[in-house]
Amino acid sequence: MTAFIARRLLATIPVLVLVALFVFLMLRLTPGDPAAIIAGDNASPAQIEDIRERLGLNDPLPTQLVIWSGRLLQGDFGESFFFKKQVSELILQRVEPTLALAVSTMIITLLVAIPLGVIAAWRQGGWIDRVVMGFSVAGFSIPVFVLGYLLIYIFAVELKWLPVQGYRSITAGLWPFLQRLILPSLTLSVIYIALIARITRASVIDVLGEDYIRTAKAKGLPNRTILIRHALRNAAVPIVTIVGIGVALLIGGVVVTESVYNIPGLGRLTVDAVLGRDFPTIQAVILVFSFLYVLINLLIDLSYTLLDPRIRY
Amino acid sequence: MTWGRSIARSLLAAAAAVPMIAGLAAATPAAAETTLRVVMHSDLKIVDPIWTTAYITRNHGYMIYDTLFAMNEKLEVTPQMVDTWKVSDDKLTYTFTLRDGLMWHDGQPVTAEDCIASIKRWAAKDSMGQKLLSFVSEMKAVDAKTFSMQLKSPYGLVLLSLAKPSSNVPFMMPKRIAETSPNDQISEYVGSGPFVFEKDQWKPGDKTVYTKFKEYKPRSEAPSWAAGGKIAKVDRVEWIAMPDHQTAVNALVAGEIDILEAPPHDLLPILAGSDDVLLHNNNPLGNQYMFRMNWLHPPFNNQKVRQAAIAALSQEPFLQAVIGNPEYYKVCPAMFVCDTPFAFSEGGDKLVKSDFEKSKALLKEAGYDGTPVTLMHSTDLQVLTNLAPVAADLLRKGGFTVDMQSMDWQTLVSRRAKKEKPAEGGWNAFLTSWVAADILNPISAAGYNTDCQKSWFGWPCDEEMEKLREAFATETDAAKQKDLAKQVQIRAMEIGTHAHVGQWYQPTAIRKDKAEGMLNGPAPFFWNVSKKDG
Repeated sequence: MTAFIARRLLATIPVLVLVALFVFLMLRLTPGDPAAIIAGDNASPAQIEDIRERLGLNDPLPTQLVIWSGRLLQGDFGESFFFKKQVSELILQRVEPTLALAVSTMIITLLVAIPLGVIAAWRQGGWIDRVVMGFSVAGFSIPVFVLGYLLIYIFAVELKWLPVQGYRSITAGLWPFLQRLILPSLTLSVIYIALIARITRASVIDVLGEDYIRTAKAKGLPNRTILIRHALRNAAVPIVTIVGIGVALLIGGVVVTESVYNIPGLGRLTVDAVLGRDFPTIQAVILVFSFLYVLINLLIDLSYTLLDPRIRY
Repeated sequence: MTWGRSIARSLLAAAAAVPMIAGLAAATPAAAETTLRVVMHSDLKIVDPIWTTAYITRNHGYMIYDTLFAMNEKLEVTPQMVDTWKVSDDKLTYTFTLRDGLMWHDGQPVTAEDCIASIKRWAAKDSMGQKLLSFVSEMKAVDAKTFSMQLKSPYGLVLLSLAKPSSNVPFMMPKRIAETSPNDQISEYVGSGPFVFEKDQWKPGDKTVYTKFKEYKPRSEAPSWAAGGKIAKVDRVEWIAMPDHQTAVNALVAGEIDILEAPPHDLLPILAGSDDVLLHNNNPLGNQYMFRMNWLHPPFNNQKVRQAAIAALSQEPFLQAVIGNPEYYKVCPAMFVCDTPFAFSEGGDKLVKSDFEKSKALLKEAGYDGTPVTLMHSTDLQVLTNLAPVAADLLRKGGFTVDMQSMDWQTLVSRRAKKEKPAEGGWNAFLTSWVAADILNPISAAGYNTDCQKSWFGWPCDEEMEKLREAFATETDAAKQKDLAKQVQIRAMEIGTHAHVGQWYQPTAIRKDKAEGMLNGPAPFFWNVSKKDG
């Protein structure tokens, strides 16, 4: 097992190198000039050129790559073109909101999706099954921002039960922290509930047809025990796979929700950096996301050994 | 646990709380800090108002810095940090004496040396500043509060330059900071303005925090535009980054913020429908749209073709397409903006109504061969998005072939700096908007610079225009300056530097029950604003 983990971690190095190279080249070869953006709309061509020179953007590409790689190897992501702050500092400031949103979304998702999926599978063909599948289709179909605006309108503007926007760190108090996460988490969780409920249903239906389930029924075990101890446990591998993929997508996919609810997380940092052509920030954020994806995939693979004793590395 | 035990526990807890509650009740309540929460049009990224011309950074500059002179609402130049000044009879020596008691946020006094260094740094970047310094032979400190500016020849825009209201504003900084190379960003943010920038509380993309500078010494006059007494009436101002317009509008309606600087025009009806919200046009001079042509490549390298484009365009379609509500726009023939000292209609009235037949006739005279106009269309800024489609339509009606290419604004900003042919990544035309304060005269307005390769994007080249601008700059008689400004406008329309395609206004939305006192000005000002609910 240790050797497997070590091998997988070592394998992330070439992945990250390729990602770094790809992002570096893509940014510099696509339209957009950070110097022009920094200089502002009223700047003269001479002012823009000065800034380009100062940022090293006139240096040959290989030179820029060597400089950036050298710093990266020392753990230095560089300084943002705009903020005159270290990129690592910017990322650290934004991690907490995104993590809070992602974790709260996943908690709601798992608490709702898995039971729904199991029940739908148990009552396959019945009205519960149809309702759950209908909800699943609706969940995929409604854009996140539409649902977000709707929830804001109902619960924040009209009923005034919850705030419209913003984020409070948990250090500012548990209720202010939770209060501002409720609506964004609900908004974001709908699509994941739809996805995971569907996969859970399909996976459990598969398992419910197995001989050992028939045996368990024949033994007279209660339905709850059959579903949870036997069916769900054996159906867990594909469910965990999709949950893991969902978590990975969530981290990168919270940008719309962060914008609608004004949560200053990594998603918004990425969008702002892309729109502003803030190369150091974009490069750093993508590398961080890539590493997280690799880590999450590793954790998914390791979880299989807990769920299925036949799986060993 | 029995219900009896649970009740007993509750009673014990309540008993323990009584002394604490009594203590709190007896304590003298501290004065609550007043905080103004504002959503600006953009997140503050760069905090050096000399390094960039971005308006959000200019607005930040107004919070923490002050200026030697400033414009009031009548567009008159009045002293701000300066107490008295004198000009020699030969108009070659200006001597400025600062007001008593001016302090930097770090507790040091403002000195003449600080001001000299600040002017130099500003002038290294700003075109109006560069023009000023080209006339200056020497600046020196006479004493701690007084400095002189020696000119090589008379220059009519000395005070106007030092009172420049918009980017780049000649903000004053301590000498040690002002000596930072203008090509590097400053790393200390010490000013002498009414608010202090709380750098440690600044979270880019989230919140910018300013606190009242208690040692600020305001002028005794009433505040007027960028001039007069700047009294900070709140303890703290927070600029909250909120990129989603709908969310910002909802936050204002729900009372979570106090002021929304620039609500998009299509959402104004929501705000107008709220009893708690006041829509206030705090910049009555507004903004002006510009259609800019590239002189370097066909077809706009031909003067007659540029004149044809001007004939085809007219202001109202642009304004209707973007702003919609006539309450927030104005058809204005004046290139230097209506309701200002240099507002004339001569020449500029060509843009009041399209003349497609004239456009076609001019194209025929010019021998136009159908070369497509590569028109850049920005898609992600609400105040600009609909401009290019309108321009394309009007130009086509005037006989042009148009190739409209859509892109985000930042790509447009990068591409407009390219001098290559359109087919090689260059361009023929684009549209943008200017705040009125940026285009009040032929020197501050970048569009009239026809110094060929040194001009603003579009690179117009016209010796006669440069002579007129030079004459304007050196003229010290106000009436003659006005006449020269008129001649500049007529010449600009004749040679086709650009077309001014409409004046428009951006109201600010304010919660009536939470804030009051917002002043008119070329930028949003937060001195004089007070909170109603604390």
